[in-house]
Amino acid sequence: MTQVENIGTAVNFVSEEAQDRTPTSFAGQVNRVGTGLTNPGQKMSFTFNGRKMTGFGGDTLASALLANGQTLVGRSFKYHRPRGILTAGSEEPNALVELRSGAAQEPNTRATVTELFDGLMAKSQNHRGSLNFDMMAVTDFASPFLAAGFYYKTFMWPKAFWEKLYEPIIRAAAGLGSLSMQEDPDSYDKGFLHCDLLVIGAGPSGLMAALAAARSGARVILADEDFLPGGRLNAEGLEVNGAPGSMWAANTVAELASMDNVRMMTRTTVYGAYDHGVYGALERCTDHLAKSDGKPRQVLWRVYSKRAVLAAGSTERPIAFGNNDRPGIMLAGAVRTYLNRFGVVPGREMAVFTNNDDGWQTAVDLQNAGVELRAVIDSRDVDAPVHLPGVRYLRGQGIVNTIGRKGVKAVETTAGVTLPVDAVAVSGGWNPNVHLTCHQRGRPQWREEINAFVPGGVLPVGMAVAGAANGAMTLAAALAEGQAVAEAQLTDLGYRPVAADIPEAQDEPSKGAAYWHVGESRTRAWLDQQNDVTVKDVKQSFQEGFRSVEHLKRYTTLGMATDQGKTANIPALAIMSELTGKPIQDTGTTIFRPPYTPVPIGAFGGRSRGKDFRPTRLTPSHRWAEANGASFVNVGNWLRAEWYTKPGEKVWRDSVDREALATRTSVGICDVTTLGKIDIKGKDAGAFLDKVYSNTFSTLKVGRVRYGLMLREDGICYDDGTTARMDEDHYVMTTTTANAVLVYRNLEFARQCLWPNLDVHVISTTDGWAQFAVAGPKSRDLLRKVVDEGFDLSNEAFPFMACGKVTVFGGTPARLFRISFSGELAFEIAVPARFGNSMIEGLMKAGEAFDAVPYGTEALGVMRIEKGHCTANELTGQTTAHNIGLGRMVSQKKECIGNVLSRREEMIREDDVKLVGLRPVDRSLGLIAGSHFITKGEAANMANDQGWMTSVAWSPNLGHSIGLGFVKSGDARMGEVIHAVSPVHGTEMDVEIVSAHFVDPEGERLRG
Amino acid sequence: MIINHPILGPRDAAEFVYLGDASLIDRPDWQAEDAAEQFYKYGYLRDNPAGQHQELWYHEQGDRSWLVVTRNTLSHEITQVELARDVARAKGRDT
Repeated sequence: MTQVENIGTAVNFVSEEAQDRTPTSFAGQVNRVGTGLTNPGQKMSFTFNGRKMTGFGGDTLASALLANGQTLVGRSFKYHRPRGILTAGSEEPNALVELRSGAAQEPNTRATVTELFDGLMAKSQNHRGSLNFDMMAVTDFASPFLAAGFYYKTFMWPKAFWEKLYEPIIRAAAGLGSLSMQEDPDSYDKGFLHCDLLVIGAGPSGLMAALAAARSGARVILADEDFLPGGRLNAEGLEVNGAPGSMWAANTVAELASMDNVRMMTRTTVYGAYDHGVYGALERCTDHLAKSDGKPRQVLWRVYSKRAVLAAGSTERPIAFGNNDRPGIMLAGAVRTYLNRFGVVPGREMAVFTNNDDGWQTAVDLQNAGVELRAVIDSRDVDAPVHLPGVRYLRGQGIVNTIGRKGVKAVETTAGVTLPVDAVAVSGGWNPNVHLTCHQRGRPQWREEINAFVPGGVLPVGMAVAGAANGAMTLAAALAEGQAVAEAQLTDLGYRPVAADIPEAQDEPSKGAAYWHVGESRTRAWLDQQNDVTVKDVKQSFQEGFRSVEHLKRYTTLGMATDQGKTANIPALAIMSELTGKPIQDTGTTIFRPPYTPVPIGAFGGRSRGKDFRPTRLTPSHRWAEANGASFVNVGNWLRAEWYTKPGEKVWRDSVDREALATRTSVGICDVTTLGKIDIKGKDAGAFLDKVYSNTFSTLKVGRVRYGLMLREDGICYDDGTTARMDEDHYVMTTTTANAVLVYRNLEFARQCLWPNLDVHVISTTDGWAQFAVAGPKSRDLLRKVVDEGFDLSNEAFPFMACGKVTVFGGTPARLFRISFSGELAFEIAVPARFGNSMIEGLMKAGEAFDAVPYGTEALGVMRIEKGHCTANELTGQTTAHNIGLGRMVSQKKECIGNVLSRREEMIREDDVKLVGLRPVDRSLGLIAGSHFITKGEAANMANDQGWMTSVAWSPNLGHSIGLGFVKSGDARMGEVIHAVSPVHGTEMDVEIVSAHFVDPEGERLRG
Repeated sequence: MIINHPILGPRDAAEFVYLGDASLIDRPDWQAEDAAEQFYKYGYLRDNPAGQHQELWYHEQGDRSWLVVTRNTLSHEITQVELARDVARAKGRDT
């Protein structure tokens, strides 16, 4: 009897009064024997597979299902075996359900951690037909053929069967829950938190750690995955300071919640330990509510901690025996959770099977709750640690088989005893939750006394472990260790811990044996119930040579999927260790990786989805363009007008042809703000540009612009653009739209790392200036109406490649450049970005007299191909200055990035490809970009490849298709007719090699 | 990861762009006799140490400093963070 006192008795949540009320108050809840810590005043209606049930506030879906007598909740992954609820926490392998309906439907949700709410709709998964009569259950009878490695061995041949037969069947059978295939209607957020001490887990040791830290004044975050903090204190009948442990937990939480320096986070799983004290946490904000009502459903937190205390507790493991997967067979600790926290029993006639003292506590609690206890079966040959009057003790025995299909009906022991039962509590001992200690490659150590792995190796920086997670498996030890570990962490941070008493509690009996499975079992003994892996599968894996735990995992799928084998891994590797004869320590564990429990992809995505996946950058004339018929195209993050549709224009070419023609005959206006703009200042600005450009800029006169070509250090072309010298020590560089950020980054690298003593500063001004190209023979006339009087725009005063500061529209500052991408007389004018909209309106108004048109990126492209100008189609990152005909621009007389390696033999071969123009011999044909060139009369294969077509356009000015391309020795093959072949399009045609300058080859227009 | 920026203090690594081996500071002399060979090695050959590594990080979402970060590639422990400009000057890059 003294031992009974030692172990304590269940807290009186299950009063006689409550039992008396059962038939009426808990209507329908046939297995509700008390109220535990639930709130019976808060009645919750919910459905399971359409059947209406009720539960209480504070229930989980699992506890409510059990209360309603629903022990069968799903079908297993591979064999469609009837399965029930094994655990009471996030480690649950079986009780996966689909929640909600329509777009909000969520598959594979663990009923054991789903908080019950009024109106919850849940469905079971993975059955064809009803849960009770699953047509796929036939696979169970085929199980002798479906053992580990079945797929690898079976679906190999004939090869032709794979796509048509095997894959569709496997796909139809695979997976558990189903997706709604609709967009997730909920929103998700991300957030950042900082603290001195992060405490992970709000059980006895976590609460003590948080309390010690909070009282010392440190900033504390206490996170727990449960909605009710307290951990096992809420599940056990143990006392703290002479009162129920759950009461001490509630009081401690209340104290913590009242302190300004504490952030108490329930429903929050710390799922990963990352570098330098950074932790990932998922807070489930509205999962427990019927509707999110616009609030984020979940928040993904990045927690920056100076120190952390891992108080993640421990997870009970089962013992494997024949048909140990029947609904009603449950972990002993989970039985206590359902009984003490929720007032629910899984059955009325039960047996307890244990290899340790802790399992006996379940027997004590069940007997106190009035459950008919058929026997306690202990694998050990020991005296009963607890005297249970009237209960049969089967010493040194195990369960060898169970009877029943959709629920356990009886068990048979190794000694041949048959016990009729409707539920079984099983305990194989407890595993410390070491997961987060291993996320930085810590390696757990086997501790013989508790037959479990404890944290070992190098822990994540700043982390210490306390309580059951550290192998302190009893309450008094956990409380003391929580405080001690927190105090050490705080002292380390320079805080002075406030001395406090450790609450009074007992060390409950916790001895156990290393006993993993009942070897006498003749039927399948399940290890991983989520993946349907049996003891026999592990033996087969061993026989076939997959003996390392990592191979065992991949070969059998043990430990995969939503539970990651939290209840399965250790028994399985213990069995592997028996087979190999190596100690468990040497057998080791598979590597634990984040996340600890599943994190929805939606939470990782946060707000970055749909059009918000990337930022959208709008040009300063965007609103105007929208109002004027523009279609837009994505250019990086920018949206640019690609053409402006006028009434009557049916296809895009109608608009593009009109814009290109109007620009060449009168004047067109194009927003070119997206091109990168970089201000370069300092007395060494010119010397700096000489180093980053392949050509020389220090000699450029003030008020002049020069085309510049940038190389990579390996000698390949990187970017091009124009750079203007506005003042002696001030240049304005432009880059291509795509490379704006990268060129800027490289300039900073050159400035800080390569030439650190140059007096030069750079700043990106891409967003600072709205810039417009004004192109065409009437462009000067138009600009004269825009630029204020006193600025001479004549060809003599402001010739081709001139630049200067002007004012427009009566005093607005502007930068004017006489540069031309179209090949026409052209200017680019820039005003501060805030004037961009006014500027496009002003330019178009001033242009009315000349029938000015706005033009988009397509017309821009047409005109640049007509002039043979390169863009990213030609500067691909594989082409050299030599290839594009600008080899002579690469100065060898000065130091610059890329010039040394650009001289390499292979990069300056005369017979290398050269940029040329191309036109179809039959002018009615359209050229195809990507075509490859083959010398006439030769076979179209890669050995005969002569180059490729980079850009094509319909030239409205010439009336036929034109193209640019790279041809081997192209500059020496002018006039040759060559074959253009596109196997992808199934086309081939004769094309003529011509100059890339299709329009105004002498460049008279742009100088006019 | 957290990088302790010498000017701005501890910053999340997400604010940075990673480049690689800090030997990229040691750009060869373009006029050397064997400049082509030296530039080839500079451009293409890198050590990939398991352990201490000096590497270049760029604070793109911040002050646009290039930093030389000494990081243990096995443990991610960062033992030193310097402004790349200071490192380059200390190495005697003359201009």
